Amino acid sequence: MTSPELEPTVIEVRGVSRRFGKQQALEDVSLTVPRGVVFGLIGENGAGKTTLIRHILGLFRPQSGTVRVFGLDPTRDPVGVFSRLGTLSEDRDLPGWMRVEELIRYVKAFYPSWDDAYAESLRDASELDPKAKIRHLSRGQQARAGLLAALAFRPELLVLDEPSSGLDPVVRRDILGAIIRTITNDGRTVLFSSHLLDEVERVSDHVAMIDRGRIVIDGPLDAVKSKHHQVNIQFDVPRSDAPPLDTAIAIQGSGREWSAICEGDLGAISMRAEGLGGRVVEARGATLDEIFVARMAGHRRKPIVPKEAAVS
Amino acid sequence: MQIHISTTDGVPIYLQIVNQVKYLVASARLAPGEEMPPIRVLAERLLINPNTVARAYRELEVAGVVTKRRTAGTFVSEGGAPLGLDDRLEIVAARVDGLVAEARQLNIGLNALIGLIRRRDAALGPQTKGGDGRDDQP
Repeated sequence: MTSPELEPTVIEVRGVSRRFGKQQALEDVSLTVPRGVVFGLIGENGAGKTTLIRHILGLFRPQSGTVRVFGLDPTRDPVGVFSRLGTLSEDRDLPGWMRVEELIRYVKAFYPSWDDAYAESLRDASELDPKAKIRHLSRGQQARAGLLAALAFRPELLVLDEPSSGLDPVVRRDILGAIIRTITNDGRTVLFSSHLLDEVERVSDHVAMIDRGRIVIDGPLDAVKSKHHQVNIQFDVPRSDAPPLDTAIAIQGSGREWSAICEGDLGAISMRAEGLGGRVVEARGATLDEIFVARMAGHRRKPIVPKEAAVS
Repeated sequence: MQIHISTTDGVPIYLQIVNQVKYLVASARLAPGEEMPPIRVLAERLLINPNTVARAYRELEVAGVVTKRRTAGTFVSEGGAPLGLDDRLEIVAARVDGLVAEARQLNIGLNALIGLIRRRDAALGPQTKGGDGRDDQP
C-alpha cells in the first residue's frame, strides 16, 4: 500500500538552525527518528517544537542544516513525503465550510492508499455526522475529523503537533489510542509533540526535550528515566545554602532537608551526599515531569537553584 | 484483569504491570491457565506503548508467571504455587522501604515500628485465606 523500501531511519534532522529576526528559534538541532517508534517531543511553549515540526513537514526551509523524511527533502519533494505522512496540528486547519463527508472525499482524492472501510469506522466511532459542517463541530469533534483525515490512508509516519492541546480528556484518550494503534501496525512511526508529560511518558519509546531552540535531552525513554533520580537528602547540620551536589540538575529545600533531581548512578549520588555531610534518606526514579521541571528550572524563578546547564 | 498505571511515582510502567500481574496471580485473582489480554489490547486499554506491555510480558515469562503458547497467546502459568514467599515479599518491599525511611525520619525505632505493624494487623482481624506466608515468630 505504501512504497516497498523501508528505511531504518524515518526522520533525520542534522544541524538545523533557524532564526526569526533576532529570535533564534532553532539552534543546531539534530535528531533521528527510527522506524517503528513513538517519538515524543517535549518542551515549553515557544521552545521550538512547532518550528522543528514545520521543518520536518517541509513548511520551513532550514537556514542551515538538513532535514530528511524517508530519505527525501520535504521542501523539494513534498508529494513524495506527504503521500506517506499523516499529520495533525494544534490549530487543526480544516476547511470550515466543508461538510464531514466532503472533507473525507476531498482528502481521499490525495491518497491512493485511502482505506474507505477504516475511514468509515473512524467516522462512526467518533460519531461524526457526515452532513455536519466542520466549523459547526466542537473542538473535540474537529480534532477527531482531523485525526480521521490523518489516519485513514494508513500513513507510515504520523506527525502530531500538540494534538491534545485544549481538548477534553475523552478526546485526548482517542488521540492516544490512535497513536497506539498506529504503531501496533508493524513498521509505522509516530512523532508527536506535547507539553502533557503524562501522556508522553505513557506512549513514547523515545523522547527529546527542546529548550530555547536546543535539544537538551534525547534518548530512549527508559534510558532517560533510569539515569535521573529524585533523592531526599538529610544533613546533620542545617545548611544556609544549597549543597553543591555536582550531579544535581535542580535542588531545593532548606535547613537539614534538601531534595534534588540528580543525574547518574545512585551509588555515586549517595557517596557525594555523604561527602557533604548528608545522607540520602529516600530515593526513587524521577518522573518525566520532574526531569522536565528540573531541566527548565534554569531560566525560571529562583526557589529551585539550578546547576549550570551541563547537558549534551 | 485490572491494572492501574501511574506516571507520578517514578516506577517504570513495565515494572508496574509486572508487579501488579504478580500480585493478581498471588492473590488468585488471575487463575492458572487464564489467558492474558493480547499485547495490543492491553496497550490500548491502558493507553500505553505496546512495546512496554511486550517487555512486561517477557519479564513475566522469564519469571515463570506466564507462559507463551505459540500462536495461541499468553497464559497464566499452570500448576505450582502462584508465587513463592520471596516473590510476594518483593512486591511489598518498595512500600516497606518507604515506611522504614519515614519511620527513621520520625525517629521511630524498628521495634516500635514492628509493634505498630502487629497491632494494625491484629486490628484488621484474622487473615481470611492462605496464610502460608504467616511465619509468625516472636
